[in-house]
Amino acid sequence: MSEPPFPSSATAHAPSPKVPIPVKVVVAGGFAVGKTTFVGSISEIEPLTTEAVMTRASEGVDNLGAASTSKTSTTVAMDFGRITLGNSDLILYLFGTPGQERFHFMWDELVRGAIGAVVLVDTARLADCFPAVDYFEQRSVPFVVAVNCFHGAVLHSLDAVRHALSISSDVPMFHTDARERTATRDALLTLVQHALVRTRARVGAA
Amino acid sequence: MAQQPDYDEGDAVFRVRPYALTGGRTRANLDLPLETLVLCSARGHSVLNQVGLEQRRILLLAIEPISLAEISAHIDVVIGATRVLVGDLVASGFLESRSGSYADQPDIKLLERVLDGLKAL
Repeated sequence: MSEPPFPSSATAHAPSPKVPIPVKVVVAGGFAVGKTTFVGSISEIEPLTTEAVMTRASEGVDNLGAASTSKTSTTVAMDFGRITLGNSDLILYLFGTPGQERFHFMWDELVRGAIGAVVLVDTARLADCFPAVDYFEQRSVPFVVAVNCFHGAVLHSLDAVRHALSISSDVPMFHTDARERTATRDALLTLVQHALVRTRARVGAA
Repeated sequence: MAQQPDYDEGDAVFRVRPYALTGGRTRANLDLPLETLVLCSARGHSVLNQVGLEQRRILLLAIEPISLAEISAHIDVVIGATRVLVGDLVASGFLESRSGSYADQPDIKLLERVLDGLKAL
């Protein structure tokens, strides 16, 4: 069993008004779909890498034939960048995270308090984004689907991709070019607008 | 002449097992999200020469607001162990901190500020 990423009992500490407010967006998708490129295209710093370690009892994992060891640990590397917004009183972090299901322990932490997620899709490997889409749907995390156009080529219509992924019609979907700063900014704008619509609807319904 | 280690430099790397830095503790006292921003406080400045090397390095990184995730990347220590170290410094009053709303997604007002900020880019 993995240890919870956070202790349950938080000690109260007053937020300092001198420190900017942090907000975050998760950038998810399959291997080599362009997550780090996406983050790097708009980040004001070179994307950094941080690692989280999950230790758990091994579940039938073959440790190179060694006598069964009781624990395995998985290291997940995340690339991230930052964008200072407003009057430097707001800092947006973009966390790129691997899409495989075995890394969900990391996502549980990442989506807490997040604005939402951008799911990057490579139409040549559509199935790679299934775990991310499933995850965000199940946890009601606002997300948008950005179909990355490698080399500017549009291979499939958005309708075809939406149908193939069974994504509901209220989830924004668009083409993007992860290398382009303005395209990345527009993707983030679409996500924040989508999150706003959902939040307003939720507040209005309450 | 012996060189003084310079912990202002961004390239120093801890070469010890990460949880040795935390006295073996894997749980932080404070519930700090990855994007938590911290800033070295006046008290933090005053104790720079009295704390351990890794604490000093963190306080120096936090002269400008910096996130837990960035600190982890700069000191090359995994997130969990960095959270313990930073949590202790916050609890001691050496770092001021600010997190977003942890339990919920950001509220409408904050989302609107983010939207305006992105539009202005």
